[in-house]
Amino acid sequence: MRILSAYPTLLRIGFANAVAYRTEMLVWMLTMTMPFVSLALWSAVAESVPVGRFDQKSFVAYFLATIVVRQLCGAWVVWELIQEIKSGTLTSRLLKPIHPLVVYSADNIAAIPLRALFAAPLALIGITSGGTALPHEPHRVVALFLSLFGAWFITFFVMVIIGCLSFFMESSASIFDIWIACFMILSGYLVPLELFPSWVRGVAEVLPFRYTLGFPVEILIGMSSDAAIARGLVIQLAYGCGSAAMALALWRSGVRRFGAFGG
Amino acid sequence: MRRYLRLLLLQLRMSIALGAQYRWDFLTQGGLSLVWTVLGLVPLYVALHNRPAVAGWTYEQALVVVGWFTMLKGILDGAVNPSLVLVVEHIRKGTLDFVLMKPADAQFLVSTARFEPWRAIDLFAGVGILVWTFRLMGTAPSLAAIAVSTLLLAVAVTVLYSMWIAAIAAAFWVVRLDNLSYLMSSLFDFGRWPVSIFKGAVRLFFTFVVPIALMTTYPAEALLGRLEPARAWLGIGGALVFALTGRFVFTRAIGRYTSASS
Repeated sequence: MRILSAYPTLLRIGFANAVAYRTEMLVWMLTMTMPFVSLALWSAVAESVPVGRFDQKSFVAYFLATIVVRQLCGAWVVWELIQEIKSGTLTSRLLKPIHPLVVYSADNIAAIPLRALFAAPLALIGITSGGTALPHEPHRVVALFLSLFGAWFITFFVMVIIGCLSFFMESSASIFDIWIACFMILSGYLVPLELFPSWVRGVAEVLPFRYTLGFPVEILIGMSSDAAIARGLVIQLAYGCGSAAMALALWRSGVRRFGAFGG
Repeated sequence: MRRYLRLLLLQLRMSIALGAQYRWDFLTQGGLSLVWTVLGLVPLYVALHNRPAVAGWTYEQALVVVGWFTMLKGILDGAVNPSLVLVVEHIRKGTLDFVLMKPADAQFLVSTARFEPWRAIDLFAGVGILVWTFRLMGTAPSLAAIAVSTLLLAVAVTVLYSMWIAAIAAAFWVVRLDNLSYLMSSLFDFGRWPVSIFKGAVRLFFTFVVPIALMTTYPAEALLGRLEPARAWLGIGGALVFALTGRFVFTRAIGRYTSASS
């Protein structure tokens, strides 16, 4: 109950923070050039003959959509957690009468409107490029928002899981690097999953990475069938529940052994 | 000159000693940069393997570019970027005073302050990719081609360094700049592919303004034995211009340094 009444205020604080560091956020967004690097390669390949069902236009739409979705579903809680656990500043959060993960989640959600604003020009270009079939049937629109929320949810809790590993070990940042490396390939960030050989695609559909990016992107540009969307949502829900449960368990056992460095 | 060489060796030795202190980090970081290199090959493989040449480049030829890119990335992350990140830190804290007081050239001291020795793995990985690619093609580059491309590697490093030092000089005006180096690194990622896959204005931008073409595509073409001499000269001339500009901007900028306390 207390969480519910505090949450709007937490969101307002988070939003004010995001606005205060807007230039920094913009520069961080500008560093996300990898989809453009991929786009350059793929549109050169698709110039004469389309690749699978992708022609140049649909590559433009696909990669712009990945940027937009990554902006909307991004989180950065892992860096904050690792840093605060190592420096011991987590203590001040533990003293507050509200669960720190709630505060972190509010911080991360509150930045989304600003990120959406920055990503809007790209979305516009993507829509006018002619390579998309934006969902307009009500059930697809609902599915799109569900999948976007699910992608954010999984990203956030996976970050919490890896961040919580700092309670137990030194090199959790390297583990996150490995996660990102797998994400780049298996989420559809650099290469649309469809273009992989079918066994790689099969693996990618079972692993969580696709459900943090590629799945909503496919719904957004109208590439998947209703049945595929339904199946995807179920898998996404399972990963969401699993990651949240694991994150909470790790958090609990981690905080128990946390001995605030330096006091 | 001898003095500066000794100084360089000394700074290098200190960085290696520092790196060797954290052996585990050394291994994991080295392993991770290998993972990233292999990962960078995946899109190229999926896009170009067993397909007709794209924009004049076959899969194997494009791999040569990736080889050069990997080597340059190793140099950038191992020898250029760490020192310059340190400069920004110095400027922010005001500890640049201690560097400026030393009786040696400020730009030299600042740019050799830190190396990350494990990045040498990228250098080897790059050479490995080149060797492997030429075995795939079943040819070997001529000695002259190797000589020209090595010269162009020096050109590329000069341009890279000059761009970075000019960017860092901006930190004397605007202090909060630590993500600028990330921004430049992510721009450098466009050097992965041959420049001819870009069209129109973008290609001009990457050839003349941010000469990424010069850094990875030209050396690769030289190694493949298809770079016209005129373009090699153009590259060397461009590197000189960049080096002088970098030096000029840095010396100008350092005149504006006022330390943090004053």
